[in-house]
Amino acid sequence: MAKTILIRGGRVIDPAQQIDEVLSVVISDGKIAAVGKQAPSSADDVFDASGLIVAPGLIDMHVHLREPGYEETETIESGTAAAAAGGFTAVACMPNTAPPLDNDSGVEFVLRQAARTAHTRVYPVGALTAGRQGKELAEIGMMVRAGAIAFSDDGDGIADAGVCLRAMRYVGMFDRLFIQHCEDPALSARGCMNAGATALRLGLSGISATSEVVMVQRDITLAAQCGVRYHVAHVSTAGAVELLRAAKKAGQRVTAEATPHHLLLTEEACATYDTNFKMQPPLRGQADVAACLEGVRDGTIDCLVTDHAPHGRESKEHEFAFAPFGIIGLETALPLFIRALLEPKVIAWPRLIAALSTRPAELLGVAGGNLKVGQPADVTLIDPAVEWTIDADKMYSKSRNTPFDGWKVRGRAAGTIVDGAWRYRNGEVAVP
Amino acid sequence: MTAATTDQPRWTRKDLLTLAELSREEILHVLDTAQGFQEVSTRSVKKVPALRGRVVVNMFFEDSTRTRMSFELAAQRLSADVVDFAEKMSSTQKGETLLDTARNIEAMGVDIMVLRHPAAGAALHLARNVKCCVVNAGDGQHAHPTQGLLDLFTIRERKGRIEGLNVAIVGDIVHSRVARSDLRGLQKLGAKVTLVGPATLVPKTFEALGARVTHDFDAILPEMDVVNMLRIQKERMTDSGFPSVREYTRLFGMNRERLKRCQPDVLIMHPGPVNRGIELAADVADGEHSSILRQVTNGLAVRMAVLFLCQQANMSPERED
Repeated sequence: MAKTILIRGGRVIDPAQQIDEVLSVVISDGKIAAVGKQAPSSADDVFDASGLIVAPGLIDMHVHLREPGYEETETIESGTAAAAAGGFTAVACMPNTAPPLDNDSGVEFVLRQAARTAHTRVYPVGALTAGRQGKELAEIGMMVRAGAIAFSDDGDGIADAGVCLRAMRYVGMFDRLFIQHCEDPALSARGCMNAGATALRLGLSGISATSEVVMVQRDITLAAQCGVRYHVAHVSTAGAVELLRAAKKAGQRVTAEATPHHLLLTEEACATYDTNFKMQPPLRGQADVAACLEGVRDGTIDCLVTDHAPHGRESKEHEFAFAPFGIIGLETALPLFIRALLEPKVIAWPRLIAALSTRPAELLGVAGGNLKVGQPADVTLIDPAVEWTIDADKMYSKSRNTPFDGWKVRGRAAGTIVDGAWRYRNGEVAVP
Repeated sequence: MTAATTDQPRWTRKDLLTLAELSREEILHVLDTAQGFQEVSTRSVKKVPALRGRVVVNMFFEDSTRTRMSFELAAQRLSADVVDFAEKMSSTQKGETLLDTARNIEAMGVDIMVLRHPAAGAALHLARNVKCCVVNAGDGQHAHPTQGLLDLFTIRERKGRIEGLNVAIVGDIVHSRVARSDLRGLQKLGAKVTLVGPATLVPKTFEALGARVTHDFDAILPEMDVVNMLRIQKERMTDSGFPSVREYTRLFGMNRERLKRCQPDVLIMHPGPVNRGIELAADVADGEHSSILRQVTNGLAVRMAVLFLCQQANMSPERED
């Protein structure tokens, strides 16, 4: 059905075309048909975007959708509903499912489920090693053919330098993004929060900043040998930011991402043993938060992600040491990035859109990330001013594990269009 | 006891979770209350009716003969009924959570839960979710407040004061809940604490908690009024700690030679059980400077005081009989 949507009166921000002004966007046949001052007199669907920001669809390149294996905590359907409600038109899902996505049939399953049930685009990330065991290469080539968009053993870093180098070479052959969860297990073993005085006081075993820094340092050296596009997941330490800055300056193809919680919270939040503050990497110190903010400001950190990690109440309602790592983030990311980055004027809107859309699209090598005529119409509408209170009980995600419950925040997605179809509008996720 | 006769009760907590959360006055109040209970153990009939009709459950998810027995006797001397919950007989191995276990036990009508648990923060987690009293009998590496209190009680008894004393705690500090509780309690009462041991077990990070850290035991011996020797876990050797028992004993063990370098009235403490000949030589453990058995005796009085005070604070007026 040929359908035209006219979005008028909104502030269009498209960093790829250096657009930042009030314009109309016309969508026709699922594609961007026009962006400009002249609006057509009629359309099938006219949306008044006055006071809103109109951006290329946001892409979260780091989420856990939990399907297959942990469907009681999230599914591709519920996770992408949460994504749409949070303003995301696409998500890249990590392979630590059960079984892990380490072969073509797993990747095909995710894409098939996505085609049937998803509210946004879903880009599967394949495992680097068989079973995510860090020992032998997974069938990376077969997964590329099946549609894996990038590769990572996320949840674990590859501890063995020899295996890591082989994986980098192999992934480089397909020019896919190599995403490393940087954590040396020998240095972080059995830890459950950031190592330091707070952990000592609480009697909790620590995950040292060094465990992240050591692996980033090693990987930068290894990646330089094979020219792979190397990407550090969820950067959390000042040391890692410093190493990445130097590597970029030296011209190496390294990139990085950061989460809202690592930009807003410190290890002190663990003082009440609330397991919603237990995540991996752990919340770090104030100097690390400052370094990550500076990394976003100067471009050392390219992308912003959620690391959306759903866990059921029964598993989080445990002693701190026994609870799993991770928090949900898709439905709270936008206001939290506004709080962390825009309110203190670390960056402005165009940079935020670039880090949430333009750069992820470039790194993953996918369509979208801009509003150029002829591109698939993935568009996010953002109300930058609306004030609301985060309520864990009013989310599309099947899980409730957020440390931000009750926060009073500003800014929220007002609409999400994927492939020219509304997926989120008037506070409701549309049934596909 | 007439603890709460003044206009303001000096103890209002239903739980004892850490010494970190207590004020200096609250700590002293427990010690003074324990002083009053001390006498009960010397009677021929070792019982007072303070907790008659109350139920105390010992929930021990870790092995501990001494602490469990000390709590059990303390409760019995207060005339409480005592129930034991042993982890091996429990449903926790079937996957029941600590909270479910606790809620089930509470539903049976329990007044005080005494919890020993391998996870730091477990007692706080429990206390937030039950109405009955929770007494922390050790949570992971975090806290062991009754051990801290009985150590304070013993030091005060032997030295007449705590303020201004130089106290060394020696051993595997990083893995020790006893060290953390002693440190907090001693700091609140004005003692100066030095932590001693190998750098692998006593990281400099402890300085951020207000302690002095040193790896040279011999150098600090002459200044110390109290030396508290912690039990060394031989298992820790492979883990992180130190190359051999022999080397540990040579560098950080208390023996007759080291005792000679101490002040003549130095107090040697140990929370037990002692590895004789490793962290503490047998003749020092049994010698006149040692307070090891006195600590055990005092532990009973301190635990009676804690059980009594928490129960009093948790009693609603209509339940008062």
